[in-house]
Amino acid sequence: MKWLYGAVLAAMLTGTAQAQSVVATGDLGLVVERGSGSLLLVDQSDRASLTRIKGLGDLSHASLVYSPDERFAYVFGRDGGLTKVDLVEKRIAKRVLQSGNAIGGAISDDGSLVAVSNYEPGGVRIFDAETLEMVADIPTGSKTIGLVDAPGKRFVFTLWDAGETWIADLNTEEPKITRITGMGNNPYDALITGDGRLYITGLFGEDGLTALDLWQEDPEPIRVLPGYGRGKAELPVYKMPHLEGWARAGQEFVLPAVGHHEVLWVDGDTLAETGRTRTHGQPVFAMARPDGRQVWVNFAHPLNNTIQVIDTVTKQVVHEFKPGPAVLHMEFTPRGNEVWISVRDAGKVMIYDTRTFEKTGEIDAESPSGIFFTARAHRTGL
Amino acid sequence: MLKTLLTIAFCLLAITSLALAEEQGTPAALVNLVRQDCGSCHGMTLKGGLGPDIRPDALGHYDIDTLSTVVLDGIPKTAMPPWRPILSEADARKIAEYLLKGDTK
Repeated sequence: MKWLYGAVLAAMLTGTAQAQSVVATGDLGLVVERGSGSLLLVDQSDRASLTRIKGLGDLSHASLVYSPDERFAYVFGRDGGLTKVDLVEKRIAKRVLQSGNAIGGAISDDGSLVAVSNYEPGGVRIFDAETLEMVADIPTGSKTIGLVDAPGKRFVFTLWDAGETWIADLNTEEPKITRITGMGNNPYDALITGDGRLYITGLFGEDGLTALDLWQEDPEPIRVLPGYGRGKAELPVYKMPHLEGWARAGQEFVLPAVGHHEVLWVDGDTLAETGRTRTHGQPVFAMARPDGRQVWVNFAHPLNNTIQVIDTVTKQVVHEFKPGPAVLHMEFTPRGNEVWISVRDAGKVMIYDTRTFEKTGEIDAESPSGIFFTARAHRTGL
Repeated sequence: MLKTLLTIAFCLLAITSLALAEEQGTPAALVNLVRQDCGSCHGMTLKGGLGPDIRPDALGHYDIDTLSTVVLDGIPKTAMPPWRPILSEADARKIAEYLLKGDTK
């Protein structure tokens, strides 16, 4: 009889152990704590912080991407640190210092390669996603920005100093590089649309943006909104806007203007201007809710305590509020019912219902900046 | 009445000590501005990003007047904006001093 108890007990223990070892990551996310070099692992459905993962170095302006199975995050630190974080075991799995000064990265469509964009030395380095061993080094001789993944195991990135965009095809051992010159003066960031077709880079050194149609055999620069600020005095730019793959809003793209207090609308097919919306300040992020019905905008210093919500049908501001000092980033839940907003100087991530605009929760965080939900794993350009 | 007086005295003391603390170092708000907002281009540790390295060694060729002017008026044809709309001349000078001597913390 005793052995029976033992067997039952053993079975129960195994069951418990199994239950504990199952971690679903589909509604998890990471919040970058820029000052303390740590990440908060958060649960989007519970609106809760689960744990803090420390030891990631300088995370100012850090970003991250997810592996296709949503288990690992690859975190790109400003100090050149590339850290692989295990969301299941809630710890750092691997970490390398790959350069002196980095700015963002991307993961290939098949999840096998991670690319990092560097300021110093300027260029892109490509790593095996499993081992973090470097598999390719692509020096550009320029500060490199706007690095994204493109379908077909390719990466696309742009040179701030040289005004060129390079497409790196990683299907062969030696990357095949296509250089496109004449992208414009001082491109500061870029995005790729969710279908992987258009690569759009914003220009600091001139009024306008430049697009590439990646479905073309030899993509040529397409000028978008040339001279959009013509005749108007340019305002000082205290923070470069960001371009992210959340630009598609219905049939249009919404883009932040540089040096002007407005967001710009262009037709999704022709890229011709379809409108402008005057905003509270210089936009930093103009992000479409996943369904495309709203665009949420935050602003550069010193107007960075405010958010405006624009209705994409009327292009009018329908809501404005002040979450707190230094609103740095927003992330929608995958279906767009809620939005998480990092308010750096309040030390909080605040959560809002996107239809009622009511606050539904908040989480303590140390100088929070970027918020990244795992659903990004399945989106091109994120 | 005594309570009111004590409160006033305490407040005065608090204000005085705050002012003294600020005279001795760079005001916390300005340090925060340098780290966070200058930092959005120059990096939070000021070692450079899209903008150049602005740690003391890299700024050695500037004197305090020139550096204050760069902060106030920016550098035309580059991404360095004029901060005059936001900062007073006194604040710009404090920032220049802070940048040239480095963070002593």
